[in-house]
Amino acid sequence: MTMILEGKAHRFVPNDDINTDYIISGRYKFKIDDMNELAKHVMEDIDPEFASRVRSGDVIVAGRNFGCGSSREQAPRALKAAGVAAIVAKSYARIFYRSSFNIGLPLLECDTDWIQQGDAISIDLTVGTITNVATGKTARATAIPKTMQVLLADGGLIPHIKKHGGFSLE
Amino acid sequence: MGKTIAEKVLSSHSGTDAHAGDIVIASVDYCMSQDGTSTMMIRELESLGFSGPRTSKGMAMVIDHNSPCPSVDVAKIHSTMRTFARKNSIPVFDVGEGVCHQVIPESGNVLPGDLVVGADSHTCTYGALNACATGLGSADVAAAAHTGKLWFKVPHSFRMGVSGTFPRLVSAKDLALHATAMLTADGATYKSVEYVGDAIRALDMDGRFTIANMAVEIGAKFCPFECDKKTATWLSGHGVTSLKSVCSDEDASFEKSYDLDASALAPKVAKPHAVDNVCDASTLKGVQIQQAVLGTCTNGRLSDLRAAATILKGKHVKNGVRLIVAPASRGILAEAMEAGIVSELLKAGATFVAPGCGPCVGTHAGIPSDGENVISTANRNFKGRMGNNKDVGIYLASPETVAASCLRGEITDPREV
Repeated sequence: MTMILEGKAHRFVPNDDINTDYIISGRYKFKIDDMNELAKHVMEDIDPEFASRVRSGDVIVAGRNFGCGSSREQAPRALKAAGVAAIVAKSYARIFYRSSFNIGLPLLECDTDWIQQGDAISIDLTVGTITNVATGKTARATAIPKTMQVLLADGGLIPHIKKHGGFSLE
Repeated sequence: MGKTIAEKVLSSHSGTDAHAGDIVIASVDYCMSQDGTSTMMIRELESLGFSGPRTSKGMAMVIDHNSPCPSVDVAKIHSTMRTFARKNSIPVFDVGEGVCHQVIPESGNVLPGDLVVGADSHTCTYGALNACATGLGSADVAAAAHTGKLWFKVPHSFRMGVSGTFPRLVSAKDLALHATAMLTADGATYKSVEYVGDAIRALDMDGRFTIANMAVEIGAKFCPFECDKKTATWLSGHGVTSLKSVCSDEDASFEKSYDLDASALAPKVAKPHAVDNVCDASTLKGVQIQQAVLGTCTNGRLSDLRAAATILKGKHVKNGVRLIVAPASRGILAEAMEAGIVSELLKAGATFVAPGCGPCVGTHAGIPSDGENVISTANRNFKGRMGNNKDVGIYLASPETVAASCLRGEITDPREV
């Protein structure tokens, strides 16, 4: 997994409690089983232009409780397929948090009020820092828990199990 | 130091002395997936060389979110599930059997003290049976099915003490909505929430399922209830004769403890577009509704149908209101028929759809038109949730409030009709 990411920040309204229905609506996820197709509809209910605006390597920036609601794994998978390389938010809902690392999408947790829509930001996953490329302002995210680091390094949960024949999270 | 239910269940399933904050690898008793989450799980299982579940009591797949099938695309998903299930001898609860969170408990596969995971966020519903059950993504459930184990962070627990008596026409849903407003959508993220007290013991099992179901709306991981005679009787009605309950120790450590008074509750409504955007139903007088939904994994059980029928009996929903009823399971539909509830609802103008998720997730069976308002007994009111994001407002309420609102064509406190 690349440890330095660079991309443009995308913010949404609402800022808090962006649920998985907003990330990928039930009216698509139940009939489309191809993540690249689903990627064309990510965030559609709160930002219909997002799917055409996002570029590979971009970063979603949000407030509290990102990914709440439904357990649909299509949410992190479709974001990843759309090119989203990481998410930076103040906090995450539990299922989305696990699922994102399970499928190899890194999440960082820190204050995000200082990041504006369209800012070019770079993320160093090894130390957990987020930097505004233009201003140089840097913030440090809460350390990614060891368990999640292991999963991320192995490329996700299923690759981890294949590699170790079970769980090896120490 | 004593332990909470979550700490005890994760200790017994991991063979460790587990305390809140620890990471454990625990044996899983049972797992499930539904038609919105199964194909990703199946792909992962096939890539792992799956040869049958290693969970102690196996697994099941449920076709409930799009049931009966509404399109050719969904038909492919259902076909994939049936083929995979046949190949691996996995039971499928197929079209018309009901919502996963009713048919799985009814199957007798969830017992007190069990650890259960499901690829559906409302898997926490089984907490009503004194189990630790939680929703996860498809990869996690695939890992549990394939290895029989999963890693868990042992959650801290909240204690929700509820005393007093529920006022007339105020029910478990009102308490759940009140708790959601009080704690907010992330107020219990990663916590195990234990509802205890006289008011909880007085609730029937259907009410407990409703409250446990809504636990994920405050971010909770588990919502284990105490096991009492009602739990044992309910389980015995579904073929379970032997059980071993788990309770929190007197000196268990709770991160937060709340004391609520059920007698102070009023009928509640969650307004668009957030489950924690709650107010008293009486304050929404004048908000017109065009569609009403009675059912879902939150409130599609016999007591729920009966509560609505009691209000609607001998009356008729207001002209211009569509009342859609989706019983939580075929068994419940049959019981409601025998009790005369179905005919009371039909005569009042209700439309029955197949037992299952009904219109809750916006795939079929009642997608609202642009600009309409819906009052529903479901658990989510996010923008676009019911399949249309063009100025559709979804209001969440109890079966009593939904029924009363149908009679008036506007949101109505059930105590007024």
